[in-house]
Amino acid sequence: MTDQTVEQALDLVPEAGPEAPPPRLQRFQWLGILRNASRLTRTRIGLGMVGVIVLIALLGPLFAPHSETEFIAAPNHGPTSDAIFGADALGRDVFSRFLYGGLSVLWMSAAATLIGVVIGTAVGLIAAYSRNWLDDVLMRLNDVVLAFPQIIFVLLAVSAIGPKTWLIVLTVGITHAPRVARVMRGAAQQIVERDFVKAEEVAGEKRSRIIMEGLLPNVTSPLLVELGLRMTFSIGLIAAVSFLGFGLQPPAADWGLMINENRLSIAVMPWGVLLPVLAIAVLTVGTNLITDGIARAAIGLERSNE
Amino acid sequence: MSATETAHEPSVDVIDLRVALTTSGVDVVDEITVEVRPGEVLGLVGESGSGKTTVGMALLGHVRRGGEVAGGVIRIDGRDLSSLGERELRSLRGGVVSYIPQDPGTSLNPALRISTQLEEILEAHAPEGGAEQRKARVREALEEVALPSDDEFLKNYPHQLSGGQQQRVAIAMAFANRPHVIVCDEPTTGLDVTTQARVLETVRDLCQSHRVAALYVSHDLAVVAELADHVAVMYGGRIVESGTRDQLFLEPRHPYTRRLLRAVPDIAGKRTVVGIPGHAALPGSRPQGCYFHPRCEFARDDCRAEFPPVTELGEGHKVRCYHVADAVQKPPPEGAGQAEKPRVGDDVVLAIKNLNAHYGESQILFDINLDIHHNECVALVGESGSGKTTTARCVAGLHKQWTGEVSLHGTALEESARKRSNEERREIQYVFQNPYASLNPRTTIGQTIARRLKLFGRGGGREIGSKVGECLERVALSSSAAERFPDQLSGGERQRVAIARALAAEPSMLVCDEVTSALDVSVQAAIIELLGELRNEIGLSLLFITHDLALIRTIADRVAVVTGGHVVEYGPTEQIFTSPSADYTRKLLANTPSIEVALGHATTGS
Repeated sequence: MTDQTVEQALDLVPEAGPEAPPPRLQRFQWLGILRNASRLTRTRIGLGMVGVIVLIALLGPLFAPHSETEFIAAPNHGPTSDAIFGADALGRDVFSRFLYGGLSVLWMSAAATLIGVVIGTAVGLIAAYSRNWLDDVLMRLNDVVLAFPQIIFVLLAVSAIGPKTWLIVLTVGITHAPRVARVMRGAAQQIVERDFVKAEEVAGEKRSRIIMEGLLPNVTSPLLVELGLRMTFSIGLIAAVSFLGFGLQPPAADWGLMINENRLSIAVMPWGVLLPVLAIAVLTVGTNLITDGIARAAIGLERSNE
Repeated sequence: MSATETAHEPSVDVIDLRVALTTSGVDVVDEITVEVRPGEVLGLVGESGSGKTTVGMALLGHVRRGGEVAGGVIRIDGRDLSSLGERELRSLRGGVVSYIPQDPGTSLNPALRISTQLEEILEAHAPEGGAEQRKARVREALEEVALPSDDEFLKNYPHQLSGGQQQRVAIAMAFANRPHVIVCDEPTTGLDVTTQARVLETVRDLCQSHRVAALYVSHDLAVVAELADHVAVMYGGRIVESGTRDQLFLEPRHPYTRRLLRAVPDIAGKRTVVGIPGHAALPGSRPQGCYFHPRCEFARDDCRAEFPPVTELGEGHKVRCYHVADAVQKPPPEGAGQAEKPRVGDDVVLAIKNLNAHYGESQILFDINLDIHHNECVALVGESGSGKTTTARCVAGLHKQWTGEVSLHGTALEESARKRSNEERREIQYVFQNPYASLNPRTTIGQTIARRLKLFGRGGGREIGSKVGECLERVALSSSAAERFPDQLSGGERQRVAIARALAAEPSMLVCDEVTSALDVSVQAAIIELLGELRNEIGLSLLFITHDLALIRTIADRVAVVTGGHVVEYGPTEQIFTSPSADYTRKLLANTPSIEVALGHATTGS
């Protein structure tokens, strides 16, 4: 008898005793979810899309034919053998600027996502665990931040302090946090009511330890989904802020900035806008597909139900 | 066909039924042969995973996803189910064959009024009747199950009814279309004994008055003894013994049946309960030969080779065992550690004085007074909502809204566990009801226990591993269990781990909150045995919370009966059983199902 059939058999026979046990769990839930997600076609497509963009962003500068600030042709010059996607509004190589301009979007989005998810998870778990005035205070503060559209909040901070990359990363992260916190609080509330948490409380276990070892490992599936979802939003937001001119400052290369610089000449020289737009689109659709795959794997949808 | 002839035809006739997994072909149940005649109740008894529900479902023409009927014949009223199409099956269900589910809370639609749900089932099977006629029939159906039938009641939604009322609505739905066959899947498991007694009476009366053949699926032998005419015992997807009720309970022949009966506590007999060691045989992990042989003391080589064939002992008494004669000669073993109770000390470990507890505005407990001596077991018995668990939670500091005094070794305790000293928390340990919820699924057993040892300064550093092993061995688990996660253990093993975790603190007081109610009887008996042994070995005071009066007779020294937040009776265990003073206790005793009372052989037992 192979293990596979044993497990199938066990799953099929519900315990008819007074209380049926919950379904079988995996050792490291998040690893299992990622493994199952990676079997889904949508996740694979997503991984491929994100992989291509990440490679371009990371290795692009090594293969760029020109420097990102070098003037190589007349403004809005069409494609040549030297500049295969032509020159931008100032006469710089579009392709080289494209290859240089991805890294900032990627690292800023990743950093903002990380900040948002870490703060949000901490707030959510603490609120769910406390179940008292602290829960109320944290969640009402959340509501205050949620009342502002994210982009308004970021622009407000940037116009007050200045167009600093760290500020953009921080504010995007902070505005993510309440959204993450709400989801994590909801997930953790069900765990808090379970007896194993009460067993720790009655033994006088440290609160921080109950949260880190009792709650956190049991909410990994919404955590993974939030991570993916916030990454998608971060990319869009960071690119938008750059486009509005509050991100990296000229003459640095950045996809959002490139769109802005070349939008007036789009009729003459579309590549300067098209390349970064395509890259951002592929990246967000890709992260979204991965997130969707993770979400499906987390609720146990098999491949056949895709 | 004349009327007398039909009366002798079985309504349910199952021959060699086999249900198997579609993917692997492993059988869930096999070689099931049963028949039920009109007006008869067949009790189908078995523990978790024995396949009893699968058989019950098969009578409704239903197999759970991933399985299929792989052989045999099921005839309902002479019609072979395998010859029926999906449409015919649907008209059969709820009409000719109906079903009483285990949990009415989930089987009734919470968004529909009672009247709507009852009318729907009538309409589905007799669409020609008018609305007025249906309304009248609904009232009749409710009166049959002793529920009010006025408009006020019909307007109720399921959540406005008590658990017992909900279950009776489910029974009314099942009987509404005058079925010939009814399948009851543990319909009283979630109910209090008082409610259970009423529900059982209703089912019995309806089956008799309407000549309905009933299959009663249950893990509770006492309920089956009170209700069934015939009994079939299942183990590992096979019927290992079947016969009339008296044959089975008075002259059990199969070693499993005999051990199972020894595991059931009974209010009528003050005898010890004995668990069955080993694991139940689940599909896919069943041994070669007789499935019971790894747990059987009579196992020989022939048992290991092939599953025994059916042997017919008396009229209709069938058993599948090679060594029936051996089993009968040797009496089942005595329970260890329960034969003599440990000596109760004079000093009071825990004293509860005038305990009043609230949940928000409503008062749950009224002036509870209890004291527990060194090495004593005090049982707190009551139905759901009586406040027994709240009392336990106040003692442990889990419920904080209380006044009065709870003192440990003479020192008054703070309300909440967080405000108590580490030493006070160590002295009182709590074991939860449901071992499936009380262990962190993402932490290994070893980590859980090691953390508890460190928390209470009972070990650390290099010897922590061996200390964890000791804790596990004390509850009769192998020390290799330390590397496992909770979901790799059975329910009984998890509860042992929970007890080991509590004992790691070396407490003087163990609060056990319904610790066996989520477990099978054979496992329950083993846990009770374990607690008895532990009391003898390490000297432990127990506050034992339960709804099961039968259970405490073997374990408790004194009993407090609670209802509505008041202690209505408090005294030595024997006194409660032999001369109860409160009416409530008498009612509770009368309603608790008992094998011995059912058979009219109330003996003092061994």
